[in-house]
Amino acid sequence: MKQKLYEIAHSRAGDKGNTLTLSLIPYDEKDFELLCREVTAEKVKEHLREIVRGDIIRYDLPNIAALQFVCQQALGGGVTTSLVMDTHGKTLSYALLEMEIEV
Amino acid sequence: MKQKVRIGCGAGFSGDRIEPAAVLVEKGNLDYLVLECLAERTIGLAQKRKAADPTKGYDPMLERRIELLLPLLKKHNVKLLTNMGAANPIAAADKVIEIAKQLGLSVKVAAVTGDDILHMLTGEETAMETGKALSQSGEILSANAYLGADAILPALQTGADIIITGRVADPSLVVAPLVKELGWSLDNTEIIGKATVIGHLMECAGQITGGYFADPVKKPVEGMDRLGHPFVDVGADGKATISKVEDTGGIINLATTKEQLLYEVTNPHEYITPDVVADFTTVGVQLEGIDCVSVNGGGGKQKPVTLKVSVGYKAGFVGEGEISYAGMYALERAQLAGETIRKRIQARFADLRLDYIGCTSVHPPSLGENSHPYEVRLRVAGKAATAAQAALIGEEVEALYTNGPAGGGGVRKYVNEVVGIVSTLIDRNRIKATVTVKST
Repeated sequence: MKQKLYEIAHSRAGDKGNTLTLSLIPYDEKDFELLCREVTAEKVKEHLREIVRGDIIRYDLPNIAALQFVCQQALGGGVTTSLVMDTHGKTLSYALLEMEIEV
Repeated sequence: MKQKVRIGCGAGFSGDRIEPAAVLVEKGNLDYLVLECLAERTIGLAQKRKAADPTKGYDPMLERRIELLLPLLKKHNVKLLTNMGAANPIAAADKVIEIAKQLGLSVKVAAVTGDDILHMLTGEETAMETGKALSQSGEILSANAYLGADAILPALQTGADIIITGRVADPSLVVAPLVKELGWSLDNTEIIGKATVIGHLMECAGQITGGYFADPVKKPVEGMDRLGHPFVDVGADGKATISKVEDTGGIINLATTKEQLLYEVTNPHEYITPDVVADFTTVGVQLEGIDCVSVNGGGGKQKPVTLKVSVGYKAGFVGEGEISYAGMYALERAQLAGETIRKRIQARFADLRLDYIGCTSVHPPSLGENSHPYEVRLRVAGKAATAAQAALIGEEVEALYTNGPAGGGGVRKYVNEVVGIVSTLIDRNRIKATVTVKST
């Protein structure tokens, strides 16, 4: 069965220059393994292909049962000179949560 | 030396709400209040204000915050640490003294300077983002090194009531008072790593109490309208407990804490500040009660030999115009308006952007293309070398009233000067921080 990440996890977006960070945190820590298995950097790269131009690195934090995706070249040249409306990419946590996974 | 110190964070960015800080000082039983008010771009704009008037260049909300908080800080014997000095900490200190005199209060203020290194730049330094010389980005407006706790400590040791800095690393505003009060050494990388984790959790104020978090379906937060800001109790062993004032709105739980722990972290194994290279992968968080979490673990490695320098440069102007369409084929009419504008002005703008607000303005078509909302707002944005040229965008959008599709309304137009930011590194031994004390 397919399910949106929104149903089982939450996320916060952050920015550093042209780099976007997206956390992915399951509501139930038991779902951490599922997220580790299903939400690979490659799948996130495909899902966010129109947003992230550069590489995506996934960091695993079992200590808090969370994942962190660090996305290069994702903010239209950086917060300060971009013409996009959401220059910080603050809405993009909900772009990640649109992704569907097999549960 | 204390066994425990309590620090509240009452602002997490320059435009943050003023009232939560007052609640923290009145009811939080704090030792210190931290106000983090300096974004990357803010200092470039502040430098421009200082150039126009040497008594300005500090945070534009400083007067309002200090007028409200100063009587409370004195009454409850709370020290204030803030980076509201922006481009001019000395002028900020003078302004605080002036306000204190008007209020009939005695106060001692310490200003930390030395972050402004504009005079030390040649322009030939390499920008980390572009790999090219800084001067190639544009005319440089400002250059500020991120100072650390080592620059703030001497100011704390003067016994000042208020410490005002310019650019410092955000967590250092929390690390410095912890080091002073708990008798820690800045060379103890393990404990400074823990302190940096605590500082990072606190620095965005409301972002750990339900701000930038609430979702009415999956993450409901009670009392958003009176969202409280956090305080932290830290013991000599580095164990921290984060909470907020009773009866304020908001929530502190594992979910808010985890979101904030990872916020803006580009490598959880190596979170680099001027104080330490902190490790976030060993941090543990536990729920201790209602709106109360404890944080333990975390550590660090030797601080870097260089400091990051944030360089602001003139990046021209952005012009914007917006217009709304509603009802049948609203999106199609907005798209006709957008394409009409594009044909009219694209020859004059190298960089032009069309957004359909309600459909694909903040998320791309692959996520939002199937939406056909009842109403749509067209936004046109473009870069220009001058304010006058940037204004053309809004003028063309406004002209759609009589020269565009049917039923367009609610035009707004904007022109904003843009300060671009690039970064470089500087040998930290070249930076000399200075403390200037002023008293009423």
